[in-house]
Amino acid sequence: MSKLITQIKKTYDVALAGNPNCGKTALFNAITGGNAKVGNYPGVTVERKVGRALLPDGSTLKVLDLPGTYSLNSRTLDEEITRNILLGKHALEPMPKALIAVVDATNLERGLGFVLELRELGIPLVLALNMVDLAKSRGQVLNLEILSRELGIPVVPTVAIQKEGLEKLLAEVCLLKSDLKPAVLIDWKKPDQNQIRSRFAEVDRILSLSIVQATQPALWTERLDQIVLHPVLGTCLLVLVLAFVFQAIFSWAEIPKGFIESGVSWLGDQVGLWLGKGPLESLIVDGMIAGVGAVLVFLPQILILFAFILVLEDSGYMARAAFLMDKLMGKVGLHGRAFIPLLSSFACAIPGIMSTRTIEQRKDRLTTILVAPLMTCSARLPVYSLLIAAFIPNMSVWGPIRLQGLVMFGLYFAGVVIALLMAVIFRMSLFRGPKPNLLMELPTYKLPRLKNIGLGLMERSVLFLKKAGTVILSVSIVLWFLVSYPKAPVGAHEAAISYSYAGIVGHAIEPLFRPLGFNWKIVVALIPGLAAREVMIGSLATVYAVEGRENGIALLGQRLSEDWSIATALSLLVWYVLACQCFSTLAVTRRETNSWRWPAFMFLYMTSLAYLGSFTIYHLAVKMGLGKI
Amino acid sequence: MSLTATLKHVGHVRLGKLEKGEKGLITQIGGIEFSVETVQRLMEMGFLEGATIEVLHQSPFGGDPIVVRVRGSLVALRRNEANAIEVLLDE
Repeated sequence: MSKLITQIKKTYDVALAGNPNCGKTALFNAITGGNAKVGNYPGVTVERKVGRALLPDGSTLKVLDLPGTYSLNSRTLDEEITRNILLGKHALEPMPKALIAVVDATNLERGLGFVLELRELGIPLVLALNMVDLAKSRGQVLNLEILSRELGIPVVPTVAIQKEGLEKLLAEVCLLKSDLKPAVLIDWKKPDQNQIRSRFAEVDRILSLSIVQATQPALWTERLDQIVLHPVLGTCLLVLVLAFVFQAIFSWAEIPKGFIESGVSWLGDQVGLWLGKGPLESLIVDGMIAGVGAVLVFLPQILILFAFILVLEDSGYMARAAFLMDKLMGKVGLHGRAFIPLLSSFACAIPGIMSTRTIEQRKDRLTTILVAPLMTCSARLPVYSLLIAAFIPNMSVWGPIRLQGLVMFGLYFAGVVIALLMAVIFRMSLFRGPKPNLLMELPTYKLPRLKNIGLGLMERSVLFLKKAGTVILSVSIVLWFLVSYPKAPVGAHEAAISYSYAGIVGHAIEPLFRPLGFNWKIVVALIPGLAAREVMIGSLATVYAVEGRENGIALLGQRLSEDWSIATALSLLVWYVLACQCFSTLAVTRRETNSWRWPAFMFLYMTSLAYLGSFTIYHLAVKMGLGKI
Repeated sequence: MSLTATLKHVGHVRLGKLEKGEKGLITQIGGIEFSVETVQRLMEMGFLEGATIEVLHQSPFGGDPIVVRVRGSLVALRRNEANAIEVLLDE
């Protein structure tokens, strides 16, 4: 008991606050040794990061990383949460007992404004003057004593990425601890413009006293920008970078994906041999192992995409790319930063939706999340290939351009156009309001740190596996159950699946899909296809009883072309362009928006869109005489 | 305080009208067509009266948004928001 009490006594809360790009995350990683726990604040998308810092005397400090903000003005959700916590008004996160204000030493003119704002809160405060090495190399000479005296708080120079100054910083925090009095709840009011003016005038006064030699402009950054932001060279570079990222997630991921898939099926075979055929074997192999595989298979793409995003973000290029893309994205009411999530969604919407975190404004971010699954992901490709090969004649349209390729291109193109169109519509209806402003700092270029990237990748993978993964796994098992039970009666004529719950549901809702030209076999196959789009092919093979045969796919194509009209095939293709036939996307949307409301809305709007699209195409095709089998 | 009245001063232009390479001094920030939020955000990013400013880059697509140097940092913003800032151009 007494041991427990001393343990509680020893823990001590300190929070890190500062502008974005001031190296706050690197400092947090450095003082906590990278043992952070990442989560979300309940009900919102703002990330919550906590960790423990080890002190020389063996005790630990509980450290909270507040979202990076420019002020406490609560225009963005990040700011609102930061402010509520610091004012002791957050329902679940108590006010921290002390604060480390982090500023970029090369950018004191702006960073100190926020420090003065934090100082007014009455919470004991230490200033971490981060990246002092960069400031020194740019000629800055600073009188720390005067700076500390004028600010009225201890100042510690740090270089987070080299772990410099950390001991001193933590020692200062502990000194605060000794004369710590409980912070009084202050009556905080939104500052008006004159208060902001006088705050920055105070910054200028303090700096004029403490700066011995001013910081030179960031020569390298401005030189590099001459190329990176050059109208021609910069655009070429951007296209190259984007093409490279796209290529990487599209093709590099295929190799580890193949390993995972064959590993999972090997494991399934082994377990199957060991258990022997039976319901238990089916549950473990087809339900659980296949379900785990369905989760793991997303990891390569997520890791590759996030490795790129972290490098682009840490190096300072991401903000420049967003600047270059802003005009184009702005046309559909999106932020310049929306292009990476949308581009990534061509490979897979899961990493795409996860990467919308770089978009600050909630409305921008939700719009991007909602339209991302309309981008043609790689899981649609096998379905497209099967149906196009079976139904579209391989004839030349014009020279080397063939009809099959043209249809494939059309499907991709339709996805993009409709995604952008929906973005405009959401912007005018659901997320109406003033056009979001861009207003974004271009940080100085820095070499990305391997360790920070590694930590970032770990965080992303753990979040995905824990939060989205569990949902995907449980749904996979439920779907397995629905397609496996009840078993087909003895002497059944149809495939076993048509007697299962999925088959029963498929038969029941088939009339609903008849206006789209779908027969009951398609509807039945759509249900397991919710687990992942490409699973639909396997299900069709099951329903059409060509499963496991040699040349299964080719045979399936032949069967389909005997059973469906071209109109039906076109209608199903359109369904696949538009429908949210992917439970994993919904699970990850739930995780990223922290509510079931948005995935429910996503499913509804995409399904309605798909129904409308397929209905129109089917009837147009029938009118054109393509309705005959 | 009317921004339109002060804009009549010779040499005063809105930041959104500046070309790449032009620089000057911020003389005023605000204007009725801009929300308090936008103006305050601009101020927090360092756009304050008396600060020197230079347009360093503009988007290859239609010249909008722009990148400016202000109070020691580089900030990208759309010309529309930049119009909330009034600048006295350097000779």
